[in-house]
Amino acid sequence: MRRFGDLLFVAFGASVLTFLILRLIPGDAVQLMLGANAEATQEQIAAMRHAIGLDQPFAVQYLTWLGHALLGDFGTSLTTGRPVLGQIGVAAAVTAEVTGLALGLAVVLAVPLGCAMAAVRSPAGSLAVRLLSITGITVPSFWLAIMLLYAVSVLMPGLAVVGWVGLDAHPLENLHRLVLPVTAVALPAVASLARILRTSLAEALAQDYIRTARAKGLSETVVLVRHALANALLPFVTQLGVLAGYLFSGSVVVEQVFALPGLGRLIVGSVAERDYPMVQATILLATLVFVAVNSLVDLLYTAIDPRVRA
Amino acid sequence: MTQRLGGIIVLGLALAALLAPWTAPFGPDEQDILARLQAPSAMHLLGTDNFGRDVLTRLMFGLRTLFAVSCLSVLGALLTGGTLGLVAAWQGGVVDRVVMRLADVLFAFPVILLAIGIIALLRPGALSAALAIGIAYTPIFARTLRAPALLLRESDFIQAARAVGVRGRRIVLRHVLPNLASIVLVQTTLSLSTAMLVEASLSFLGLGTQPPTPSLGRMLAESRNFMTLSPWPAVFSGLAILLASLGFNLLGDGLQERLDPRLRGM
Repeated sequence: MRRFGDLLFVAFGASVLTFLILRLIPGDAVQLMLGANAEATQEQIAAMRHAIGLDQPFAVQYLTWLGHALLGDFGTSLTTGRPVLGQIGVAAAVTAEVTGLALGLAVVLAVPLGCAMAAVRSPAGSLAVRLLSITGITVPSFWLAIMLLYAVSVLMPGLAVVGWVGLDAHPLENLHRLVLPVTAVALPAVASLARILRTSLAEALAQDYIRTARAKGLSETVVLVRHALANALLPFVTQLGVLAGYLFSGSVVVEQVFALPGLGRLIVGSVAERDYPMVQATILLATLVFVAVNSLVDLLYTAIDPRVRA
Repeated sequence: MTQRLGGIIVLGLALAALLAPWTAPFGPDEQDILARLQAPSAMHLLGTDNFGRDVLTRLMFGLRTLFAVSCLSVLGALLTGGTLGLVAAWQGGVVDRVVMRLADVLFAFPVILLAIGIIALLRPGALSAALAIGIAYTPIFARTLRAPALLLRESDFIQAARAVGVRGRRIVLRHVLPNLASIVLVQTTLSLSTAMLVEASLSFLGLGTQPPTPSLGRMLAESRNFMTLSPWPAVFSGLAILLASLGFNLLGDGLQERLDPRLRGM
């Protein structure tokens, strides 16, 4: 219950902060929004101010905005004149697919990799594993994306395709086009997850119950998977929430490389065009999704660790 | 070992960046139209870009921006976030609750989105990027310092200092801060590593450092346009970003291991 209260507070705080973006624009926001039309008359400016409610007290402005937002009305785009929510929904589907696939790929690759890394015990091997995993964590995913695209275009020109094909339009082509971006976004996460798993596996393997399991004559695989891994997965799961944020950030940038019409392209374009309602709504909605994802990870954590439940 | 390697990388890159105006082989904007898009050679160690500018020189100057923006933002976050964390731990009660709730809210935003939002409010540029990254990193330092400061507050030697009548500010400065130094050092180094990636991402998106200031992220974005003619500028600008971030990460990782013996040999 307390956690739910915290959650509501964070959501409320995020909405206030995001709301501030539109109100804190230096100079007159209205003048900026009328933009190209530099010779806007006093009446036009006043009408616009009234239309977006800038002539109201701050708290009223916020509550009005919040009320509309809760009903799904996040305002209209200043560039297209259409409701921002629809455009964000379309773009979010692209980013969500990239982020989700990258998260899945990262987990699938990181578990065996982390186990293999935990098996390396020699000092030289440990050092090599450590250097490699830290390099993997710090590699800029957008650079990796560019390099992958270049390598594929040189080696297998037919496979190097950019641009978006919807999952509903052509599922196979959709996945084909996402192979490179998802790989680029996932790699730093693979390195980070595998490293965490390696550390916690090594810790778990040093425990007494592992010695007991081995003494009972269980096979090394059973000891590793059933006893060590089950306990070592906790830090791994905690990390998933944080990583979802990183993967999302990676996706936002990598979308530029592959010309994917996701949230990254939407928000960068909106910043350039000073489409503030779009910027505002994109940031708020994405943040709320992350707050929700992190709470889910917390719940998952409680579910798999009986000790936390108490 | 990793710590030493990280230290060498950071030192090397920092020197290259600091000394760029004196040691770079060419001027950062010096163009040689006849030597465009060249592969690495004795004359141009890392090749040239589409304007015939020396890539090595551009990298050295780009590193200056990368270091300046990242250091500025992380130091700002350390000072504001660290102070807030200490004050929260020390005052406890309502102050603690308010500060930490605010930190929770800021922390909820994905860093890149918060940064983009702040840049949208100002205007794209190196300083806006520094401010944006600094604000996004502030809650990290508030959280990192609050927890150990809380433990210290209840520790015997601090209680003893209080009992003999040492004043609050003196306790914080003389007894608490030195005990937090190592944690601060590790968090600062690791934050620098990620801040460099954020700066490079923002510049890559065209929201960070603006031309004519050389920037590695922007260089990488621009070099995509002539990748098929010459991949070198893209390869090297990305490698430079990777190395800078890697250096700080190795350094922070090594320091962390020193502090926490349980992690030895991981």
